Order: sequence, then C-alpha cells, then structure tokens
Amino acid sequence: MTLSTAQGIASAVRSGERTAREVLEDYLAAVDGREHEVHAFNLVLADEARVAADAVDSAIDAGTNPGPLAGVPVALKDNLCTRGVPTTCGSKILDGWRPPYDATVVGRLAAAGAVVVGKTNLDEFAMGSSTENSAFGVTRNPLDPAKVPGGSSGGSAAAVAAGFVPVSLGSDTGGSIRQPAALCGVVGVKPTYGAVSRYGLVAFASSLDQIGPFSLTVADSALMLEVIGGHDPRDSTSIPGRTPDLVAELDRGIDGMRIGIIEELSGDGLEGIAGDVRARLGEAGLALEAAGATVETTSVPSTVYGLSAYYVIAPAEASSNLARYDGVRFGLRIDAPNAGEMNTATRTAGFGDEVKRRIMLGTYALSAGYYDAYYGKSQKVRTLIVRDFARAYEEFDLLVSPTAPTTAFAIGEKATDPMTMYLNDVCTIPSNLAGHPAISVPFGVGDDGMPVGVQILAPATDEAKMFRAAAVLEAVAPEGHPLVGGGLP
Amino acid sequence: MTERITREDVAHVAELARLSLDQDELDAFTSQLADVLDHAADLDALDLDEVPPTAHPLPLRNVLRPDVVGETSDRAEVLAAAPSVEEDQFRVPPVLGEAP
Repeated sequence: MTLSTAQGIASAVRSGERTAREVLEDYLAAVDGREHEVHAFNLVLADEARVAADAVDSAIDAGTNPGPLAGVPVALKDNLCTRGVPTTCGSKILDGWRPPYDATVVGRLAAAGAVVVGKTNLDEFAMGSSTENSAFGVTRNPLDPAKVPGGSSGGSAAAVAAGFVPVSLGSDTGGSIRQPAALCGVVGVKPTYGAVSRYGLVAFASSLDQIGPFSLTVADSALMLEVIGGHDPRDSTSIPGRTPDLVAELDRGIDGMRIGIIEELSGDGLEGIAGDVRARLGEAGLALEAAGATVETTSVPSTVYGLSAYYVIAPAEASSNLARYDGVRFGLRIDAPNAGEMNTATRTAGFGDEVKRRIMLGTYALSAGYYDAYYGKSQKVRTLIVRDFARAYEEFDLLVSPTAPTTAFAIGEKATDPMTMYLNDVCTIPSNLAGHPAISVPFGVGDDGMPVGVQILAPATDEAKMFRAAAVLEAVAPEGHPLVGGGLP
Repeated sequence: MTERITREDVAHVAELARLSLDQDELDAFTSQLADVLDHAADLDALDLDEVPPTAHPLPLRNVLRPDVVGETSDRAEVLAAAPSVEEDQFRVPPVLGEAP
C-alpha cells in the first residue's frame, strides 16, 4: 500500500510515521505545481487545511485516535455546503455566498480526521457532463489537458487524477460521479439513494441526487463511504441504520456470483458505444468469469428509455428546486424597481445557459397541457426501469456495463449541442432512476490511450457485493494511464 | 408525442420561470428544447396505460422525529448572507407597483 492512498496516509499518520502536516504540504505542493493548468478547484483552503492538519497532529501527540481518515487531504465538490466558506455551485448566482451550516458529509469527514483542501469546480448546479458549464471556467483532464474531465463533478475527479488529493467527494444525479471517474481513470461511486445524507448538498433533482466518493483505489472509496454513510435525522430520505461494513468485505472475491452484462447498454442495441470501450467491457467480463463468477449477457429492456425519462424528470425537479434563487435570501441580487423585476433580472444575470435550458425544459414538462405527455409518462417509465432491474436481479447478483460511451472527448467538442452532450449519461442514468448503487472502475485505456471505465451495478443497499466485484476488476485490470495511481505526488 | 415546442411556448415558459430572453436566445433555446423533447418521443412506443408512476426510489412514508427543539441556524449568520436586510428581516423592493 502506497502513501498515495487514503488508507496508507491514515495509517502512516496514526502510527506517527508521518505527520498530517507533512502529508498536507506534499499535496499542496502538487496543487501549486499544476492547478493553473487543470483548474480543479474553485477555492483552495491552504490556511484552513494547515490548521486542520495541525489539529490532527496535536490529537495524535495527545494520544487520541483522530479517526479512520486521520490526516487524509480531501476535496469537496463546490455544491457541498461548508459553514462560513464560499459555496458557489459553479454559478454566479451564488458567488460569494457563505452557507450558515456544514453538509452532514463535511462534518463526518472532519470527525474522521480528514483535512479539507478545497472546493472543486463543477458544471453549474451539477448540470452537465464535461465541467465546461461552470461560471468560473473550464476544468481540464489532468491526463490530457485538451480533453474534458467529464462532469458534472469534473473538478473532484481531476483533483484525484492530478494527485492534488487522494480522495474527494462529488454528487451524482445522472452519472456525475461515475462518468468523470471513468474519463479521468479513477474510481467513482454512486451509493444507494438514501445511503448518504443529502443534508447540505445543494439540490438539483432531489429524487436522484446522491453524494459519493472518488479515489485511486476501490478500497479507498469503500472507506470513504463507510465514513460518510449512515442515517442522518436531517435528511428525511436517509435510510435508517449505519453503513454496512465494506472494507472488511473487499477480499471475499466473487466465486459463485452471477453477473449479467446489460445488452442494451453495451453496444449491441445502442448506438454510440465506441468499439474500444466495448472491447474493454468484454475483457472485464472474461476477467470476472476467470475470478469464479458466471457471466452472461442479459436484457434489461427499458434501460434504453432512461435517457428520455431522465431529461424530463431531472429538469422538472430542478425547475422547482431552483425557484429558490430569487435574489431575496442569499446570493446575487440585481436591483430593480419592484420585486418581480428584481427576481427576473437576478435569475437572468445569475444563471448560465445550461441551467436556463433545464429550468425551462422542466417548467414546460410540468405545465398544464404537457404534464401527462412528458412528466407523467416519464414517471411511468421510471417504474418500468425499476421492474426490469428487479427481474434481472432475480437471476443475477450484479450487472455490468460501460460507464461512459467513449473515452474523454475534446474540450469544446460537444459544448454547442446539448442533446449530444446528454448522450454521455446513457449508461449511468438507469441507476439514478432506480435508486441503486453503481461504481466505475478504471479498466485499461482506449485507442487514444485515455482511460476506460467499467460500471458495476447492484441492487439497492448491496454495496458490499458491488465493492467485492470492483476489487476483483481492479486487481486484474489492464495497465491504465501512466499518470494515474503512481506514488506520492 | 405532441406538437413541436414553439418560440411562443418557450417565451411563455421563460416568463413562468422568471427568465428574460432576447430574440437570439429565444431562437436557440427553442431549437435546443425541441431536440430534447423530440428524443423523448421514443417513450411513445411504450404502452404505459396500466403502469403506475414512480416519483421516488424509496418506499418511504412520513418520516417523523420527536417534537424536541434541536440546534437551529444562527439568525445573524443567515441574515449576513442576504443581499439586503432591515430590522432582522430580508428586505425586498416593493411587491406591488413601482417604488415611490
């Protein structure tokens, strides 16, 4: 285990082999070295991080165990509320806003001894698949700065891939953790809906949003999820009980497991899945079989309708959630002679085009005369997807698919055509609609040398099994991109 | 599915959503929204008459907590984030008519 993993850092810090401050300074030096090129962060909190790291070291000096993430530098997607620290959501409308409370996950990381290094860039309000929609500039893929890092949690994925932090948090509404993880060659997890408290996550689509980790290793994501997961009375959709053990389960293997490759999401029925991505998926299937699982192709027919349903449901929920940005209680206000004009002037100046597009799409889909044709119909399709998954999981323990249809694409390539951009999410959306967990594991590279991610999907609350298969894939994966996963930054 | 979204529809929706669009934006958004809604026409192939809607992935009913006062936000901290405040309240321009 190297010192570039959260597990390695925490154990070195707890044993006194390294101080939290030494670890932090190494990572801050890495940020200094390449952040001007990558732009993973909206805000680097170097001074605050030094104070937090010193506090961890003092605790150790005093004989106290600072916790499972002792001295581990972490980055937070900038839609996670941090008390007194700017939280922008990549939007001008929240520029300068300082939340009066911490997100539950932020408190849990701190209580586990983690050190927050900064807030990472994102597509505005997490709407996008490339991190080109931020009001504060584009984030670049650290493995090839001409390419996008994916999105919307592109800053959090890039921060891990660039060696700025060993682990980070993002949010995933339709693939916003898994797709950038795949494009940056790191591990990314969308937990079961309700497994991680959404308290303090700025809402995009409340029935789909879920917070989850990025890391270099499968074990680090398992560790992060153990820390941030579990019931929270402040989120009424939080699942009762604590997070099941994940790290302890990792080495149990997959002997005897039944794993299905989703036919509809792996190229045969779906245009746009690139040949190199399909090839890696095929190899992943063989690797799982070699590890003792039975692997078969299986049909989950309604998953192909996920994209259409999602791009009605998510904008509909967003149009409602984003009504709160009215220039009254927080964020930007553009002055006008009366309140109505002030609302309109503020929202027009404060939101970027993608956010406006989705607000209007959602408003339309919910408006009289169109509700049944769009929103009502999409909610019924959501039922079909839930049913199809339930049927598949009678036969299979886990399902697999590509995470994203292609490797990282060029900056600007899809920025002018929203529908082409939306197609990036085709493999990740079904898990959000069903509320199920899914993980993206790096599995070799494509023809362009950029990383490919394989997605493992599991039934609700079956993360332990999902992580076991992910650990197997990680162990046998073909060589990845040379910049990801090597030694201390 | 239904008739294609029109420029007038988009203008109406923008007004409902408190967004102001210029003529060029109206053209661009109309064609982009139409593309997304056209894609959703693939749902027309499905027979959904007997299918109940799913609004939420978890089968949660009402979630209640004991009626005990817990930690609450600090008023000064909340008001400090507002664009305009007067006498411990959010201040807004006149809601009816023009400012005097």
